[in-house]
Amino acid sequence: MEKEYWRWPESRWTSPDVDWKDGDIISAGVDVGSVSSQAVVLVDGNLYAYSNFRTGSGSPESAQKVMDKALEETGLTLNKIDYIVGTGYGRVNVPFAQRTITEIACHARGANFMYGPTVRTILDMGGQDCKAIRCDAEGKVTNFLMNDKCAAGTGRGMEVFADLLSVPIEDLGRLSFEVDKEPEPVSSTCVIFAKSEAVGLLRKGWPKEKVLAAYSSAMAHRVAKLLERIKVEKDFAITGGIAKNEGVVKRIEAELKIKALEPKHDTQIAGALGGALFANALVEKEKGRR
Amino acid sequence: MLAHYGYKDGSGEYFIVIDTDKCDGCEECVAACPCGVLEVGEDENDPFREEPVARVTEEHRKKVKYSCGPCKPASGRIPLPCMEACGPGAISHSW
Repeated sequence: MEKEYWRWPESRWTSPDVDWKDGDIISAGVDVGSVSSQAVVLVDGNLYAYSNFRTGSGSPESAQKVMDKALEETGLTLNKIDYIVGTGYGRVNVPFAQRTITEIACHARGANFMYGPTVRTILDMGGQDCKAIRCDAEGKVTNFLMNDKCAAGTGRGMEVFADLLSVPIEDLGRLSFEVDKEPEPVSSTCVIFAKSEAVGLLRKGWPKEKVLAAYSSAMAHRVAKLLERIKVEKDFAITGGIAKNEGVVKRIEAELKIKALEPKHDTQIAGALGGALFANALVEKEKGRR
Repeated sequence: MLAHYGYKDGSGEYFIVIDTDKCDGCEECVAACPCGVLEVGEDENDPFREEPVARVTEEHRKKVKYSCGPCKPASGRIPLPCMEACGPGAISHSW
């Protein structure tokens, strides 16, 4: 079989400093997205474990898989988790979640934890949609816009380009800078139209790097336009898979004239992390009432 | 919270914006809309808000350009019924 260049690396992580056996409240968030799924486990509000895997065709199975992966080798089992929140596109299909919360609310809350309380603007570049979110110091949403009708400028587009150009997806960002002069962006960011345009450019003799630069800048331009509507305020952070693509990130920064904060964790976990934080808060609220 | 419902595609930007801090959940807009675009329910994006709030129905979020078409003729446009009905002025349209 031919190499599948679009396959991005999956991951899992366990904190070396936290032991769930010492914890009072164990909470979890599961984010079933259109392309990737994540599970995050918190112990007393501290990050304990997470996993990030590709979503399969069935949401319940994908939710189960990421949860199993997050708990792998920790000795922790599902029945010991006090509260689980499901979020994302497939949130209604997380069979073991006590509650569902929208990915908008979860992303703001998760980014507030990941990047600190100074974050005011979050751009989530997901697998199949884009979200622009403004939030306050507590991670509460103050303004949001989501574009899930059109997959232009999303992770799926990058996957398509990785395959088209036979370049592993992790190398796309770096390669897109290997041009003497930044070319004109491709005229459409629509995944389908951009792909046909790119094929035409390749036939004209453009090197891969130049085609990539043209697509990456078109993508950056498109999301910058979306952000204009909610107005960007510092600090600014990018979450989702595309946050790992420096070719797009740096072009967005240049267009907005603002630097994005450096991530400390896998940028794809923001939604699941927010869900886990809400789960933790909900348990605390319940305990307070008793 | 300024909740933007709608989308941007190749033809333009189509968003109905609801200011949830102004909205009091009175449902006047729901009654005024001839196309059933609006509803009042829990605030999906603020899990701790107890009061109901207006939102665009799931069904219409990806087609507001067409759903709102009847109220937006090319000429002789009158004020939008949803905006007129909203006492606190919580609703606006981007197009």
